[in-house]
Amino acid sequence: MRVLTRRRLAGVLGVLALLLGLALVFGLGVGPSGLAPGDVLRALFGHEGGPAADIVLRVRLPRVALAALVGASLSVAGVLFQALLRNALADPYVLGVSGGAALGGILVLGFGSALGLGYGAVPPAAFAGAVITTLLLFLVSGFQGRLSPTTLLLTGVVFNAFASAAIVFVASLAGLTEGASIFLWLIGNLSAARADVAGFVAAFLVLGLACALPLARRLDLLALGEESALQLGVDVERVRRVLLLATSLLVGAAVSVAGLVGFVGLIVPHLLRLVLGPDHRLLLPASALGGASFLVLCDTLARSLLPGRELPVGAITALAGGPLFLWLLRREQARRLAA
Amino acid sequence: MTAPLAFEGVEARLGERRVLRGVDLALAPGEVLGVLGANGAGKTTLLRVASRVLRPSAGRVIVGGQPIERIGRRALARALAVVPQESFVPFAFRVGEVVLMGRAPHLGLLGFESPSDVTRACDAMERVGIAALADRPLSGLSGGERQLVMLARALAQDPEVLLLDEPTAFLDLRHRVEVLELVRAVTREGRSALVVSHDLALVARFCDRLALLAEGRILAIGRPAEVLTPERLRQAFGIEADVLAAPDGSPIVLPRASAPAAPTGADR
Repeated sequence: MRVLTRRRLAGVLGVLALLLGLALVFGLGVGPSGLAPGDVLRALFGHEGGPAADIVLRVRLPRVALAALVGASLSVAGVLFQALLRNALADPYVLGVSGGAALGGILVLGFGSALGLGYGAVPPAAFAGAVITTLLLFLVSGFQGRLSPTTLLLTGVVFNAFASAAIVFVASLAGLTEGASIFLWLIGNLSAARADVAGFVAAFLVLGLACALPLARRLDLLALGEESALQLGVDVERVRRVLLLATSLLVGAAVSVAGLVGFVGLIVPHLLRLVLGPDHRLLLPASALGGASFLVLCDTLARSLLPGRELPVGAITALAGGPLFLWLLRREQARRLAA
Repeated sequence: MTAPLAFEGVEARLGERRVLRGVDLALAPGEVLGVLGANGAGKTTLLRVASRVLRPSAGRVIVGGQPIERIGRRALARALAVVPQESFVPFAFRVGEVVLMGRAPHLGLLGFESPSDVTRACDAMERVGIAALADRPLSGLSGGERQLVMLARALAQDPEVLLLDEPTAFLDLRHRVEVLELVRAVTREGRSALVVSHDLALVARFCDRLALLAEGRILAIGRPAEVLTPERLRQAFGIEADVLAAPDGSPIVLPRASAPAAPTGADR
């Protein structure tokens, strides 16, 4: 019988932390001037300075760190949405919650300066956008804890289309269409990521995790259905409210630095569930570490795949996530028919 | 002795509809009480009210001598467990993991199960006869097997009162008998059980008392042979039926084929 012990938890998280460490060193080493792992470690932990240290610490570290934070946030948000909606297809991007957050962020970017709001107001605005979109999602779909995949999918499609249109509309009004910045927001990328919001993102991630981790066992019980969870002593309403807060913090943070990076919250939890099983006490922290590694690797790929040019990281995640989503959808439907 | 579970003048609404219209019912310690009634008579609602999923619009539910609003949710979950009809579980949880979830009300908030929790879960699976399924994913099981898993989970919860919502609906005859035997055995340990069912003959045989629910009221309550009479069945289900007696005296309800006819000598 598979039983989660503290030892197993510590072991698995230790391995995942090690993998994240390797991914970070790899990401910091790859670039126009390639650096060996030893050089990267010396730059990080030595005190010599020099050009290699400059490249690692000033150029690459902010971006790699942001990739890790965004990947962790999106993966954990995916796990939380999946538990909340009892559906493995739920993901902040697919549900349109990321779109809502992006709309909030764009509104501040476009019109915030008129109100005296700086770039620092973008994450809170994205958070607000995520809250509103999630509430709308619950409202529109007639929240019953067991949405059919079709309802979920259609609601997400509509939310996404609406959010994209609104983003383009707002951007045009505000004259933000110059260059490719809007395009980059919509597809999701880290090349324009600003290091000055890294603190915000880290704080949102820590807060979101602090809300979610204590609820991990209750998320398992929620999988049995709302009534069974109540009958096992779970205050379902409270859990929902806390999760609304947690997911919105996580999505708001991720979107405000990277735009709409899709499917991370779908891919990472799915792969981890295959290996580790669905127990949320393990899955939640594992998704944070695994999601961080995953996006660091994807972004490194995006930076290095085409010489002299960068791909948006959102294109990489969507290319992997789209097919996986279709496969999951088929399997989910078969499972529900059997149930 | 205080009743482990009692309903006092309980009324409940689903939207505008009054589903329960004043139910008074007390479960005796160590008793198996069967609740029968037509679809929509309020059987499942009774279980939902008892487990604090639905708040009664009037009256109150008493568990172990205390009104349930005054018992915390987790404390209530230690006193009372429900075996639900629905057993759809997303994600690939294994049988053992689901049964272990029954221990959740006994753990701390960040709780990990102790070896004794695991032992209890294993015992529960053993008793229900699904120990061999422990490492199988729940989604690969048949409806009947999933029902047994939910029963094992409720037993792992170690409650005073077991509420079962049509526990035999997807089971073959042998498993029906086994489940009801198990419920009997569990009540011999001092627990009580309330079994909602449509299986009149089997429930009549295994329950100490039956309660017949019709339009949100208790039409009759008592020993099976007192409750299952042609007249009461007509009132509760709108059918004409013959009630025969098994060799041990427990009633067997046999509905008549079609148009209602005058009661015959088969009635007792």
